[in-house]
Amino acid sequence: MQPPPAPLELRPSPHLHGAPTVEQIMRNVVYALLPIAGFAVWAFGLSALALQLTVVAACLGTEALFGRLAGKAGTLGDFSAVITGLLLALTLPPGFPLWMGAVAGFVAIGLGKLFFGGLGFNVFNPALVGRAFVQAAFPVAITTWTPAFAPGRFTGFIPSTLTLPFMTPVPTDRWSRALGIDAFSGATPLALQKFEQVGTDTLDLFTGMVPGSSGETSALLILVCGAYLALRRMMDWRIPAAVLSSAFLTAAVFHRLDPQYPEPLFMLFSGGLMLGAVFMASDMVGSPVTPLGVWLYGTLIGVLTIVIRLFGGLTEGVMYAILLGNAASPLIEAATQPRVFGRRRPEKEP
Amino acid sequence: MIELLQRLRARTFPRGIHPPDHKALTRDKAIRRLPFAPELLIPLSQHIGTPSVPVVHKGQEVVRGEPIARAQGFLSVPLHAPATGVVAGIERIPGTRGEAIRLRVYPGDDQQVRYGAPRDPQGLDRPALIRAIQDTGMVGLGGAAFPTHAKLSVPEEHPVDTLLVNGCECEPYLTTDHRVMLEDPEDLMAGIGLALRACGAREALIGIEDDKPEAAEQLRAHLPAHGRIRVQTVAAKYPQGSEKLLIKVLLGREVPSGGLPCHVGVVVQNIATLAQLGRLLPRRQGLIERVMTLSGPGIARPGNYLVPLGTPLRYLLDYVGFTGEAQEILFGGPMMGTAVASLDVPVTKAVSGVLAIREPGPATPREIQPCIHCGRCVAACPMNLNPERLGLLAAKREYALMAEKYHLNDCFECGCCAYVCPAHIPLVQYFRAAKAMNRRMAA
Repeated sequence: MQPPPAPLELRPSPHLHGAPTVEQIMRNVVYALLPIAGFAVWAFGLSALALQLTVVAACLGTEALFGRLAGKAGTLGDFSAVITGLLLALTLPPGFPLWMGAVAGFVAIGLGKLFFGGLGFNVFNPALVGRAFVQAAFPVAITTWTPAFAPGRFTGFIPSTLTLPFMTPVPTDRWSRALGIDAFSGATPLALQKFEQVGTDTLDLFTGMVPGSSGETSALLILVCGAYLALRRMMDWRIPAAVLSSAFLTAAVFHRLDPQYPEPLFMLFSGGLMLGAVFMASDMVGSPVTPLGVWLYGTLIGVLTIVIRLFGGLTEGVMYAILLGNAASPLIEAATQPRVFGRRRPEKEP
Repeated sequence: MIELLQRLRARTFPRGIHPPDHKALTRDKAIRRLPFAPELLIPLSQHIGTPSVPVVHKGQEVVRGEPIARAQGFLSVPLHAPATGVVAGIERIPGTRGEAIRLRVYPGDDQQVRYGAPRDPQGLDRPALIRAIQDTGMVGLGGAAFPTHAKLSVPEEHPVDTLLVNGCECEPYLTTDHRVMLEDPEDLMAGIGLALRACGAREALIGIEDDKPEAAEQLRAHLPAHGRIRVQTVAAKYPQGSEKLLIKVLLGREVPSGGLPCHVGVVVQNIATLAQLGRLLPRRQGLIERVMTLSGPGIARPGNYLVPLGTPLRYLLDYVGFTGEAQEILFGGPMMGTAVASLDVPVTKAVSGVLAIREPGPATPREIQPCIHCGRCVAACPMNLNPERLGLLAAKREYALMAEKYHLNDCFECGCCAYVCPAHIPLVQYFRAAKAMNRRMAA
């Protein structure tokens, strides 16, 4: 007989484990985001690439810095900071000044995540905390849009990209016009719809042939990448399903009441709704785990998004809708505890 | 076509998990007898309840099958000599609860069972039958080791209409019940008949997971003519063999929280238990051996073996060949079994298998990561608990709150939550500790 392993390991049951690790889940989310990031670079050129690299580097740097200050090493390997960085970059306009992107990354990780205790303890989606901060701090830069598929996007930067820190970015409208895209008004489809009642072709919206934040434009691509995660069971498909269906229905109701309101399909494929629903609302940390709670949470986000878009001063509502959903998540979860086997009905938390 | 539809809507419970079953290693291996070790160690506490009291003394010669310890009260069972030999001592053994009888086996003996006298169990009334079952030393061989006669003597106020025979064997690797169903259907049917009479149930229902169609076939071919025993297949899924879940799946009854199966008119017994009962009781013999699955990557010749109780683990591993390809040696299945600390412990009535396993991946202990709130544990818990919240509360030492608000005591430690946890949080261990703390606070 071979000698037994010395010493025999004594582990508590179960002695089998069958789940992907945290690191594997996070890595797969990164894989799912890469095609979207690639599309952003294809549509918006070097500026989008530089922005992505800057924001991810800022996120990783912040995580490393705070980790060292707290004496905790090795949280970079879990890939969660990469996800935050990529997602954040994808929600920013392609010509967003790099230094502002770095600030957004710093705030996202520092305030949105580590301030609460790191991975698993953050209340809000860190990427959206970062974006909310720069939305408040740099309201002009974050609503400055540039045309998609501009000629020469692979040979030079959008002029605002290389703005020096603490300097005001140069306006890009003249640059846009100089490219010969006469009709470009510097507005996203949502803004065109809201302020000028100009519609956009739904197919263009679906495939992403429109201006917007660098990673939010192609609804089709986002859906495909989300489906990959859902099929690998690394994302809860019920959340995007709830967000999108409730947004569609809410928009349909308003459109029926008053056809001046945009069509539900337009609402579904425009702006950041698709990216938010698939990749941010479904962030595990900020969403409930109870079966009923998941649907309530998603529905809340979908309805809020449409209400903010239609009645708010902003063209876009998905960011605040998700942040509010994150805030409501613990309450939703407490109120929707499932009925335990052998017990009469769910008993509520005090 | 109808068969296909039936399979599609195979009976099962919500949630649960599908771990790789590893049963191919042993499912086709017929039960073989393990030789006697030179020395057997028979712990006095092999069951739930009061330990047995030795009726032999050091230096006394015992014959295989002879009682060597008597039951102490109702929730206790006697012990019988697993081999002919001489009592070398009654002493404390590391790794077992309480004392054990050390039995030196006579090497040249033919090891005939000389104890017992055949009788007709039909002549026994219910109290006499319960006593006769207690005399066999039978305990639940599924792993719980609850005295069989105590489980079958249901209280007056909770009459029982159905005896559920648990042939699920949902733990990975284990194939003992599977083999017993294939090889020993007559004893099993006899045992079911005895149990039906002892508990007063009208009908018996045998539940078998649908990954063992040949076992279901075999039992259907051996059903007695009176028609009071039926076979029903259920979906293969872990933990289908849990008493409460099986009752829910087969009868649609839900055992109330904190209650017993008899509160919904059911008694559950496992296959191996009833097969042994049907064999031993008519011969007036005692439980001296049991079928175990010896399997896992660390075992050179995996199989199903009839093992004398008290066989030291070292002897057993030596016989089936230990390859060294294992980090852990377990008593029982990998989901709910316990890791052993020493090879000098004996196998007891509760041990349904000995597994030598290794977890894939790095040999270093898994590092616990923060909970990312993914909800996999919630989606896996068959009791519909919220293991995630329970885990967070355990980390905060809120043990009382866990029991009061989150129904900690409804957890039966099946391990589904920890199996699916991406952060490797040892949830079951947390819950065990919390229950122990609550018990201590209550005491």
